[in-house]
Amino acid sequence: MSKRRDSSRRIVVERGTYHDSVTLMLASRDAEATEGIVFAAAAAATPVNLELLEGRGFELPLDLVPDDLLIAIEGTDETAVEAAAAAIEARLSARPRAAEDSTVAAPRSLRSAARRDPGIDLAFVSVPGRFAAYEVANALDAGLNVFCFSDGVSLEAEVALKRRAVDAGLFVMGPDCGTAIVSGVALGFANVVRSGPVGIVGASGTGTQEVCCLLDAAGVGVSHAIGVGGRDLSAPVGGLMTIAGIELLARDSETEIIVVVSKPPDAAVAERVLAAVQAAGKPFVLALLGAGNLGGDDAVATLEAAALRAAELAGGHLLLEEPVIERATPGEVVGLFTGGTLSEEAGAIVAAAGLEYRFIDFGDDEMTAGRAHPMIDPTLRNEALTREAAGSAGVVVIDVVLGHGAHPDPAAGLAPLIRSALGIRGDNLTIIATVCGTAGDPQGLGAQMGALSEAGAIVTRSAASAGRLATAAGGGA
Amino acid sequence: MSLLDGVRVANAGIELFATELEAQGGSVTRVDWRPPVPGSEAALARLATASTAEANERATARMQAAHPRLGGIGIARELIEDLEPGTFLHAGPPIEWPDMAGPLRGAIIGAALLENLADDPEDAAKKAAAGEFRFVPCHERGAVGPMAGVVSPSMPVWIVDNEPGGNRAFCTLNEGLGKVLRYGAYDAGVIERLRWMSAVLAPVLTSALEILAEPLDLRAMIAHALQMGDELHNRNRAATSLLLRTLLPALLQVDHPRSDVVDATQFISSNDHFFLNLAMASAKATADAAAGTRGSSVVVCMARNGTDFGLRLSGTGDRWFTGPAGIVDGLYLPGFGPEDASPDIGDSTITETCGLGGMAMAAAPAIVRFVGGTPSDAIATTNRMYEITWDESDHYQVPALDLRGTPLGIDCREVVHTGILPAVNTGIAHKDPGVGQVGAGLVDPPMAAFLKATEALATA
Repeated sequence: MSKRRDSSRRIVVERGTYHDSVTLMLASRDAEATEGIVFAAAAAATPVNLELLEGRGFELPLDLVPDDLLIAIEGTDETAVEAAAAAIEARLSARPRAAEDSTVAAPRSLRSAARRDPGIDLAFVSVPGRFAAYEVANALDAGLNVFCFSDGVSLEAEVALKRRAVDAGLFVMGPDCGTAIVSGVALGFANVVRSGPVGIVGASGTGTQEVCCLLDAAGVGVSHAIGVGGRDLSAPVGGLMTIAGIELLARDSETEIIVVVSKPPDAAVAERVLAAVQAAGKPFVLALLGAGNLGGDDAVATLEAAALRAAELAGGHLLLEEPVIERATPGEVVGLFTGGTLSEEAGAIVAAAGLEYRFIDFGDDEMTAGRAHPMIDPTLRNEALTREAAGSAGVVVIDVVLGHGAHPDPAAGLAPLIRSALGIRGDNLTIIATVCGTAGDPQGLGAQMGALSEAGAIVTRSAASAGRLATAAGGGA
Repeated sequence: MSLLDGVRVANAGIELFATELEAQGGSVTRVDWRPPVPGSEAALARLATASTAEANERATARMQAAHPRLGGIGIARELIEDLEPGTFLHAGPPIEWPDMAGPLRGAIIGAALLENLADDPEDAAKKAAAGEFRFVPCHERGAVGPMAGVVSPSMPVWIVDNEPGGNRAFCTLNEGLGKVLRYGAYDAGVIERLRWMSAVLAPVLTSALEILAEPLDLRAMIAHALQMGDELHNRNRAATSLLLRTLLPALLQVDHPRSDVVDATQFISSNDHFFLNLAMASAKATADAAAGTRGSSVVVCMARNGTDFGLRLSGTGDRWFTGPAGIVDGLYLPGFGPEDASPDIGDSTITETCGLGGMAMAAAPAIVRFVGGTPSDAIATTNRMYEITWDESDHYQVPALDLRGTPLGIDCREVVHTGILPAVNTGIAHKDPGVGQVGAGLVDPPMAAFLKATEALATA
């Protein structure tokens, strides 16, 4: 451990020390809440984090690697810095323990955990991406199904692991799987939805969440939502888990309608998925975004349309009130999203209108290395909101994703930023917020929408709607 | 079972996701996940797509099926391939004279004198330095030897057969404590004892074994000894007692001079470690049965020569992966201290390779103070070893762990994945030839050897 301190700044480097990104974020937050602290961060020494700290004026050693832990604190005096360091230490000193028996330590691998409790049937993997493939293999060794939240697994590894899972009759959700709802249990980021007849297979995390939320709004419930990871419908992976998921839902007695959600798929794989879902013998909706009219009447082009169609099949009706744009604010349309597919859905609509636009997905692999996902820690996105709103943008579109796993109160951080941006830019800026959530979500859908709306944002409930509103506000058709 | 039948989760990574599952009323086991040993990232990523699991299943199945029985005693040169005069087997990975530690050099000198290949110790050392002798690891000839592990052509060796695997293993007979060849001693008394072992001890035991109706079931004897407080590496008191008890009726019937029988019985009876060499040969026969399984990451050999620690994997053939031998952390006999210690030496880590010794520390509460701990520490140690083993023994059980099988089949991948090294109990040799044992304790094998082996498996 090396230290360098002056009256109000401290940098501590702990070599080869791992803590998960969310725990680090919480530790940073605890420290920043300490009196007299200007800035505090406990973070893995990834390129994104190093840039951030250098930008803050911290002098960093040159030989840092992502396995190193950095603690950077800036305060009014040494006492405050000391207190902040203690707050970080308190948060980081907790480690998993097994029972009270001091002779039994917590398991160090997923296989070890499964060996101790044969009832375990699913491994949740959210370790840093470069280690994730081995963890998935280790879980398959133990005969476990896998939910792999981690991204950064090579495509070759994904193919090999999924093939192995298929051979063993197991399921690998992911890598880079954001959401699943299995028999009413939410895994990762998932909204609190009623149970019902619609079974979803999703190669898009936020895409699946959006469909779930819109179905819930229509009074239609979900039986299961099986995530498969964003690359499952690529040519190399060949839809292995999507097809396995469809087969699972075909046999499941709770599921009456099947919805398949995906980012733009490989054409040949899309054909195979269509064949699988046709063979399932249940009514279905295909939302393979960008796949043209494959599937004919059963195919839809947006997440919103998928929810509408599935709701109709289930005998429900989706009626969402869309706000009206009264005054255009021409200029670039900037999208600042935490959900990748939501960004694509809204962005595609703006693009089709021929407006100048720039949409950024803060949940992208490169942005999340060594950081918590922006749905948990929206700091970078929120900073971008302030920056972009102060620039020449005419319209800024943001998403707010609620549910399990997400930030406990995202609107609280956004509202003052929205208010201040609109205060400065006045009539030249429109801020549109789409909220992906349900009435049952722990953050409270009404309260979140209310807070954003009160701050001056135009609030809507689907990304497609946000795209239409942005187009109108930007002066498009 | 189907994914949709409900979920019970093991969580590795972000704590928040475990908390969220619990908030929904779900059951979550938290893995204390930490990044693997630095430098192992690429190898583990490659192994993620290999069929290591199936290979390990096959390799450990062969270890489970192994049934070591005592096939008798023979003369090394008649049993061991190309063990001609001037060739010496030794413990650990390959090594040549210039790099040998004191105890190994001393044992080579003593064995050269025993084989009448040198006039005196100086002459033996001169010939060794001049390249007149050939040195071969015991492990490369189906044998194992404690400490220096030197085997020369005329020595009597135990023959241990593993019928299910169709293989056999050899080990010398234990010389007892004090000034002995295996600790590098070579004075006249040492040589005289070795000659007596060839001339008297081995023939008496051979006659006794011939009287027994069945070959001695060493697997059963080890299983019993584990339940009587031995871990079969640093404690062999129960196993030695069981052996003598089994041999006693036959010893009373052998057609040898009564004084020879008394001497032989006295010799065994006064040496708590007499069984160690049988435990080692049994473990060698068990581990060799698992060797050569393509793709397997199971460790089938761990051994030290006093300079290097070396290991071999089931899936990487005859290759050795080495790192520097460690200094043993332990208790010293009066008048000795760490400054007197030679680095770790001996093939006795073959016991750990098969889940005995330090891996089964929980079975031996009587020696935990000797290796600096409490019975609780011993239980914690064995519990920790399950983190790095593929399987658990069907035959060897630990009473203190509710008769759970001993940790079996060290998975090299998991050593670098978890950073947990196999627990090794061992004796400490004096660094100078001829002094003997100065203590006993625990030693950490070098992680570098496990890292190299994992990399080799990943690129095999």
